[in-house]
Amino acid sequence: MQLIKNGKFVADEWTHVADDEPLPEGPVIVSYQRWLKEQNVLLARETPIGVQLKSGEEPKLIADHLDRLAVVALEFPAYRNGRAYSYARLLRERYDYKGEVRAVGAVLRDQFYFLVRCGFDALEVRDNITPEIFAESIGTFTHPYQPSTDGAEPVMSLRQRLAAGATVRKNELADR
Amino acid sequence: MYRYDEFDHRLVTERVEQFRGQVARRLSGELSEDEFKPLRLMNGVYLQLHAYMLRIAVPYGTLSSRQLRKLADIARKYDKGYGHFTTRQNLQLNWPALQDIPALLEELASVEMHCIQTSGNCIRNVTSDHYAGAAAGEVEDPRIVSEIIRQWSTFHPEFSFLPRKFKIAVSGTEHDRAAIKVHDIGIQILKNAAGEIGYEIWVGGGLGRTPMIGKKIGDFIRREDLLAYLEATLRVYNMQGRRDNLYKSRIKILVHEIGAGEMKKLVEEEFAEVKARGALQLPDIEVERIKAYFAAPAFETLPDATPELDAAIARDPKFADWVKASVTAHKQPGYAIVNISLKPIGKPPGDATSDQMDVVADVAEKYAFSEIRVAHEQNLCLANVRKKDLYEVWKALDAAELATPNVGLITDQIACPGLDYCNLANARSISIAERISERFADLKLQHDIGRLHINTSGCINACGHHHVGHIGILGVDKKGVEYYQVTLGGAADETAAVGDIVGPAFTEGEIVDAVDTIVKTYLGIRKEGEIFLDTYRRVGVEPFKEKLYAAH
Repeated sequence: MQLIKNGKFVADEWTHVADDEPLPEGPVIVSYQRWLKEQNVLLARETPIGVQLKSGEEPKLIADHLDRLAVVALEFPAYRNGRAYSYARLLRERYDYKGEVRAVGAVLRDQFYFLVRCGFDALEVRDNITPEIFAESIGTFTHPYQPSTDGAEPVMSLRQRLAAGATVRKNELADR
Repeated sequence: MYRYDEFDHRLVTERVEQFRGQVARRLSGELSEDEFKPLRLMNGVYLQLHAYMLRIAVPYGTLSSRQLRKLADIARKYDKGYGHFTTRQNLQLNWPALQDIPALLEELASVEMHCIQTSGNCIRNVTSDHYAGAAAGEVEDPRIVSEIIRQWSTFHPEFSFLPRKFKIAVSGTEHDRAAIKVHDIGIQILKNAAGEIGYEIWVGGGLGRTPMIGKKIGDFIRREDLLAYLEATLRVYNMQGRRDNLYKSRIKILVHEIGAGEMKKLVEEEFAEVKARGALQLPDIEVERIKAYFAAPAFETLPDATPELDAAIARDPKFADWVKASVTAHKQPGYAIVNISLKPIGKPPGDATSDQMDVVADVAEKYAFSEIRVAHEQNLCLANVRKKDLYEVWKALDAAELATPNVGLITDQIACPGLDYCNLANARSISIAERISERFADLKLQHDIGRLHINTSGCINACGHHHVGHIGILGVDKKGVEYYQVTLGGAADETAAVGDIVGPAFTEGEIVDAVDTIVKTYLGIRKEGEIFLDTYRRVGVEPFKEKLYAAH
């Protein structure tokens, strides 16, 4: 498993800890259940804390806890299960969460573009993923039709600016 | 018609390149069939019984002559010279080779067409009224909002992995030809007292193994809020729709389980939040930009009375039959809507050869402003034809065997591909439809019977929409033998209803006689001016049951 953070392949400082495992040194990602039970113990360690939500555990459960969490990991039990795309957007747009939103589980190359657009800034990916594959996947489409969390300017807005005679430089259109 | 700008072109071209890469990875063996499956399904490529099947999107059922000629070409070059028009206004090719599909997509892109989101658990191609822009009493051309939804839903990052497929249909007239109440979301365009456009929203309709009629959750969603409202509805569904059971994962099950009232509440809460962000507010300037593409064609000012048409009808009974079945009133004086039957007696419903597609493209170019519509009943339509040209149009269509005068009649049936093509099917449907059309081939009898929709599905997934046929036929498999279950009284229009099961299923040998008995029973008890559905709604299932099972 490798970690891509903000588009870069980086070493993962975080440890996923199962509910029945003892807490190791350093930053840990625990389940929502364990966070509920051991909140005081976890906070007393004074190391960064991450919580992982399973499919079905909606972000509103932790909306009031987000100021204490450096990572929210969202689980994809299967690539087909797309609930976490909505969860990520809610974390960013509804709860204004600025920490790391991490995709874990069945995270395949053809999802990267959608994940980044929905506000995931960290992806746990298979070992066969290379920087070239990542770049190709997220660069598939130059301009999206719809607004989303990534702030990319949608086609509708580009058209309006063009129609209004604003200078939209050719390379601005191409680069995004 | 909508025309692509640089942004639309670019996106479709980029999609072709992406799929080309995915196919290359599959052909080289880097991807297994299992890994390739979700990728091909995002692009309308199915693996059927005998070969790959490709579903080409015809957004809201509108095609130009140039596009239809390209489809004819593609079917000739990459398939066996014919295609199949579907109940979702799309075109399916049954025999393309996988390695050819990227080149095929590139050809489609050259005429502003694609296969994006024609399959997979995403927002599918938006469907609409095939009489759009031509029907009297239309509040607004439904293709305007359909195109807006097409763009918003294309590669939507949040809604590309929904619990299940998601179908949206739009109607701009009170009489619903788009079957909006049997869609995941149905949109009825309305105008309020102040003359503003808004939308009534129906949610949770659908067929399949659990047929449901949609529930109204939005009374008048303002135009600028439509995308925010749709995004809210989809988000509620994406988060709360069931993912534990394929057969309970459509939005209709969610609406059924939590109730329409709760669904409305959840959507409204989410809508308030999405609206407050403002990012999805639909600007007037974009609506106007798209609206301009659907402006009425350059109609001539003509009197509605057309003596040369009346004379032709009087002189040529064959033409008169065709006019009676195929031609419908247009809102513009001197013009008519022409329906083209793809249901010749004894042939598979919805099929057209490449040569026939070329003929329709030519006729449309010459007589109908180069525009063709695909109807969800699996027919084609020329929406804007001068009445004085109807005779010439008919001659050209008739020469290509495209003038079967049965539109709306008993032999104008909907049927899915069934066991002849589909690996989900339990029974054949095409051969049943063919035999029914042979039984009722007599045109005088068909006109006497009047409007009657027979819909046949080869399995419980209901691609043939059997639940909403006036007479519905469902193929089932009992220990390796094909049986056919019959429902009566279904409808897909503004009076949408799911048909009632009439009783035990019939064998393949019995089913056509059973339909015959139903029709004869109706003819015996109907009142003046009733069509089959009226009679059924008046008398219920009992009289039909008695006749059908009397001998058993």
